[in-house]
Amino acid sequence: MDAFFALAHGVTVAIQPMNLLFALVGVLLGTAVGVLPGIGPALTVALLLPITFKLDPGGSIIMFAGIYYGGMYGGSTTAILINTPGESASMATALEGNKMAKAGRGGPALATSAIGSFVAGTIATLGLAFLAPTLVELAVKFGPEDYFALMCVAFVTVSATFGDSPVRGLTSLFIGLALGLVGIDRLTGQARLTFGVPELLDGVEVTTLAVGLFAVGEALYVASRRHIEEEVLEPVRGSLWMTKQDWKRSWMPWLRGTLFGFPIGALPAGGAEIPTFLSYSTEKRLTKYPEEFGHGAIEGVAGPEAANNASAAGTLVPLLALGLPTSATAAMMLAGFQQYGLNPGPLLFAERPELVWGLIASLFIANTMLLVLNLPLVGLWVKLLAIPQPWLYAGILVFATMGTIAAKPSVVELTMLGAFGVLGFLMRRFDYPIAPVVVGLILGPIAEAQLRRALSISLGDPMVLLQSPISATLLAIAAIALILPFALKGMNRFKAQED
Amino acid sequence: MSQYRKGFWRGALAAAAVAGFATTAMAQSELKIMAPAAPGGGWDQTARSMQQALTTAGLAKSVQVTNVPGAGGSIGIAQFVNGAKGDGSQLMVMGYVMVGALLTNKSPVTLDQTTPIARLTGEYEAIVVPADSPIKNAKDLAAAVKADPAKVTWAGGSAGGVDHIAVALFAKAVGADPTKINYIPFSGGGESLAAILGGKVTAGISGYGEFESQIKAGKLRLIGLTTPKGTPDMPSLKEQGVNLEIANWRAVVAAPGISADQKKALSETIDKLAKSKEWAEILKQKGWDDAYLSGDAFAKFLAEDTNRTKEVLTSVGLVK
Repeated sequence: MDAFFALAHGVTVAIQPMNLLFALVGVLLGTAVGVLPGIGPALTVALLLPITFKLDPGGSIIMFAGIYYGGMYGGSTTAILINTPGESASMATALEGNKMAKAGRGGPALATSAIGSFVAGTIATLGLAFLAPTLVELAVKFGPEDYFALMCVAFVTVSATFGDSPVRGLTSLFIGLALGLVGIDRLTGQARLTFGVPELLDGVEVTTLAVGLFAVGEALYVASRRHIEEEVLEPVRGSLWMTKQDWKRSWMPWLRGTLFGFPIGALPAGGAEIPTFLSYSTEKRLTKYPEEFGHGAIEGVAGPEAANNASAAGTLVPLLALGLPTSATAAMMLAGFQQYGLNPGPLLFAERPELVWGLIASLFIANTMLLVLNLPLVGLWVKLLAIPQPWLYAGILVFATMGTIAAKPSVVELTMLGAFGVLGFLMRRFDYPIAPVVVGLILGPIAEAQLRRALSISLGDPMVLLQSPISATLLAIAAIALILPFALKGMNRFKAQED
Repeated sequence: MSQYRKGFWRGALAAAAVAGFATTAMAQSELKIMAPAAPGGGWDQTARSMQQALTTAGLAKSVQVTNVPGAGGSIGIAQFVNGAKGDGSQLMVMGYVMVGALLTNKSPVTLDQTTPIARLTGEYEAIVVPADSPIKNAKDLAAAVKADPAKVTWAGGSAGGVDHIAVALFAKAVGADPTKINYIPFSGGGESLAAILGGKVTAGISGYGEFESQIKAGKLRLIGLTTPKGTPDMPSLKEQGVNLEIANWRAVVAAPGISADQKKALSETIDKLAKSKEWAEILKQKGWDDAYLSGDAFAKFLAEDTNRTKEVLTSVGLVK
């Protein structure tokens, strides 16, 4: 019950008017930068650090947390409305969300994402408050071999993003895996596939690829079809708000998404992307409306959005409990803590409880503020879709270019954006799914590095993959997930023959 | 840099002025500092701390920080050398990691092309083991490395970085073959710290600050620091018979082709910065050690460290 009293005390810290104001400024800034691709919460916190230097430590850390949560919200708005994921974690949201928006269901898509984020953020923050110490013990036990096994599970389940043809899906995935090889090899420091271009040494930026394939590719595709058949976008068809059925179809994905997002976010190398993919593929498997997937299924928005926000809270577990920054934003928040001479870690909970619990309490408040801010804006956002198509897509192109240059001011980066745009156009034209390319780029390098680390530690013995209980379990799950669909298909055929 | 960020900066500076950071009338010059890394890292923090101290101490009227991330600074230095030539108002933050990165990336641009100004900060490396490890001190670790370097796994930062070089030097110092070390690079301190805490590796190496709170909480045991002299609580490796001294330093350099007067003016500004109480306060907050070294002494140090690094990187097979 100690945690409960501490939390109650934290609430009294967080609802001081000044701290409320900091939280509000934080969520507003966060939403604004989340909307712009390339300018993420990490950069914003970095820019604000020197300014907040003389402010009260509690207040500015609360503001940073608001920026972090706000960024997660903002990224999904553009993903749904204009198919431009503000960050890689919003990619899964764009898959179904943008289809919904095009079918006039942008309102419910934005609403389920806002409410889902709220639900997931609230549950995950509760998890942060009560489970952090236990979870951290578990998270630290996760070794390279276990991460590799987790990647295997992710690889098996991404087939859900493949669309209808496995061959086309695998082709896309392998394009992504090949792009993932570009750059300095993390284990030996040698350059691979960089062709002497120094900008390629750091590899292909995920946001550049995602924005190029999704946004630029789509703009080119729409332009090419314009004289053949004009797609008429209806900003609103049916209700602007979620119907009773939407609620019914959303609540389970929210909870499942949270269950994926929070624990994986708490893993030091877990990240936000993997839980969103896992959530997407789970929802696709479990849905009662499989025919809607690929054409705007609300479960495909609700689940990944919840997973995305829950993982944001998960990231704070190792940050607060161990002082481990596991994302760029968390690293900036750590720098923020250190600026005030505070060292997050095992001692912070004991030494400065009012600060830790004030932060956790203000996460609840930031979450509520985001919901209150975002729901009324839904009606305004969907009006964006009423903009005539040529204007809208021209705007998207400007937006995508600006975001890319802001993240990495270089000609090479812009050229890549253009090249990925053309690739996205061709893939759409010839009916190849684009999501697996991005999935390959994200998962490929992690899987490779973790496998090689595991083998390096075990002095080359592959049995290490089966000796760790976590890894063995995850590999078994991956194997079952791989074989089960075939086995079921075989059984059905067998049954059909008997009839 | 996009209009958006420029706008953002102006807003930020205005806010800073409102918040009571307004510079005094003493300010004379405008400076541009490039951090050849993404926001948030050590070089970026150094650049932004310099900005803060230079303006609050009234040593510069305005200071603008730009970020050019990529490949351990290789991208930034290329842009700096080509774009700032002869410009006496531009500085670039750099550090030991860049020395190694330029070598491993076979960068066409080298540090010789810049004008060295001063070394500012340094952080010593710390070697730690999990609290329940049988290894108690540097002697035990040295014996294990000597017995079979491949069986001792090390977690640290990127390949070819200061952590990697320190491990190679450790092997060399105890008489083991540095080409046989089993060094496992992790991206970012968080991930390697988790691997050490989880007991996945024999030992870990990084800047002391990275491990401080874990050591105090009793979860990690400090084996030794790469300082010349330690304290009873914090022994140095050297005092324990392992002849290894290395620091992850950060410095500023100016553009190529600047005049002697321009160099003098910049050196004087940085000298005043290094001796200001504002800078001292920042060093204390961030836990950075003052490693101020300027003029010819710094140029000599830079050349020496580059040579030593080249030798080590060649011996571990990263530079051919």
